[in-house]
Amino acid sequence: MKLYEVFIRAKSGLNHRHVGSLHAADAQMALQNARDVYTRREEGVSIWVVEAAAISASNPEQSEEWFDPAMDKVYRYPTFYPLDKEVDNM
Amino acid sequence: MYSQGLQDAKGGPEPEGLLKAFQKRIDNEEKIEPRDWMPEAYRKTLIRQMSQHAHSEIVGQLPEGNWITRAPTLKRKMILLAKVQDEAGHGLYIYSATETLGITRDEMTRQLLSGEAKYSSIFNYPTPSWADMGAIGWLVDGAAIMNQVPLCRASYGPYARSMIRICKEESFHQRQGYDIMTVLARGTAAQKKMAQDALNRTWWPALMMFGPSDKDSKHSAQSMQWKIKRFTNDDLRQKFVDATVPQAEHLGLTIPDKDLKWNEDRGHYDFGEIDWQEFMEVIKGNGPCNKQRLRARQKAHDEGEWVRKAAEVYQQKQQDAA
Repeated sequence: MKLYEVFIRAKSGLNHRHVGSLHAADAQMALQNARDVYTRREEGVSIWVVEAAAISASNPEQSEEWFDPAMDKVYRYPTFYPLDKEVDNM
Repeated sequence: MYSQGLQDAKGGPEPEGLLKAFQKRIDNEEKIEPRDWMPEAYRKTLIRQMSQHAHSEIVGQLPEGNWITRAPTLKRKMILLAKVQDEAGHGLYIYSATETLGITRDEMTRQLLSGEAKYSSIFNYPTPSWADMGAIGWLVDGAAIMNQVPLCRASYGPYARSMIRICKEESFHQRQGYDIMTVLARGTAAQKKMAQDALNRTWWPALMMFGPSDKDSKHSAQSMQWKIKRFTNDDLRQKFVDATVPQAEHLGLTIPDKDLKWNEDRGHYDFGEIDWQEFMEVIKGNGPCNKQRLRARQKAHDEGEWVRKAAEVYQQKQQDAA
């Protein structure tokens, strides 16, 4: 059996969100099992299953190089630009 | 110091710098995720604790499954079916979380069936009457909730997330159990006796569910430091007793402990000494139903084999046809 990752959309308008994984012989079986395992109480209106082997993931050991540069670009945030009191919100 | 004597997967010492950074993340309440660096002992402790937990959910279906076909009404039967189905689901959530630590499902199944892996001692007791369904839901699921609520904040992300799902579902389990007890306790004298007998049977094994006393618990200190345990066994047990005694009194049932007494100074109930020898015997495999439970699991595994095979052949055929 293959490992599938399961993603569920809680209601329309929201993103699919990872909820866990399960084993199945094929995608159809994975969907059916995901329905039984992860949506017994109206947790979702849509299910995606993806073979775990098909997912490429970033390396946590490179987290600093990958994600820290965003920290010193403070000019990307609106709070970087002070406004005169008279203008107040923008 | 916390890191002293910890060994990596090859038996060498864990790198001091990584260990320090790891503990700092945990102290800051950061979650550890599957691909993050973690000490080998943390990984092993989690695999042991989580797979035991998953096995308990799976084996826990058996004492209750025993009553599905004999539930007193259709309503009770539907409720019990839904509860047992939840237990299967809970087992699967935790198995899936445990697999992220690098152990396969097949290996966990093998460890359960061979008796290498443990599961909660409570499920090795028999359920001879319908009232046991009430006592299990009320007390066993009640004790499980006490244990599991703090685990929603466990340091390992996948474990904490599966616990959140489980806790949401578990409170139905406890309430339906108390509901069964309420109906029996307010019924005929014979029904009330059934409820009392079930309480007598389940009370002490339920207290044992919290594990050995703190002074004898060998895993506690490190697990607390790693935040895969938030309260000690004795603290949780006390919480459970304090919460449960008034619920029993409300139903006019008597907790089978002559030493049970409210202690004004402590603000807690004092209670009698647990029979630790019985606990150790059940853990070792000599409880009333250990063999029966494992036999039932083995049978289910063997009889399900053709289904697993058929699914794989079907998948292969679909692939060949494409």
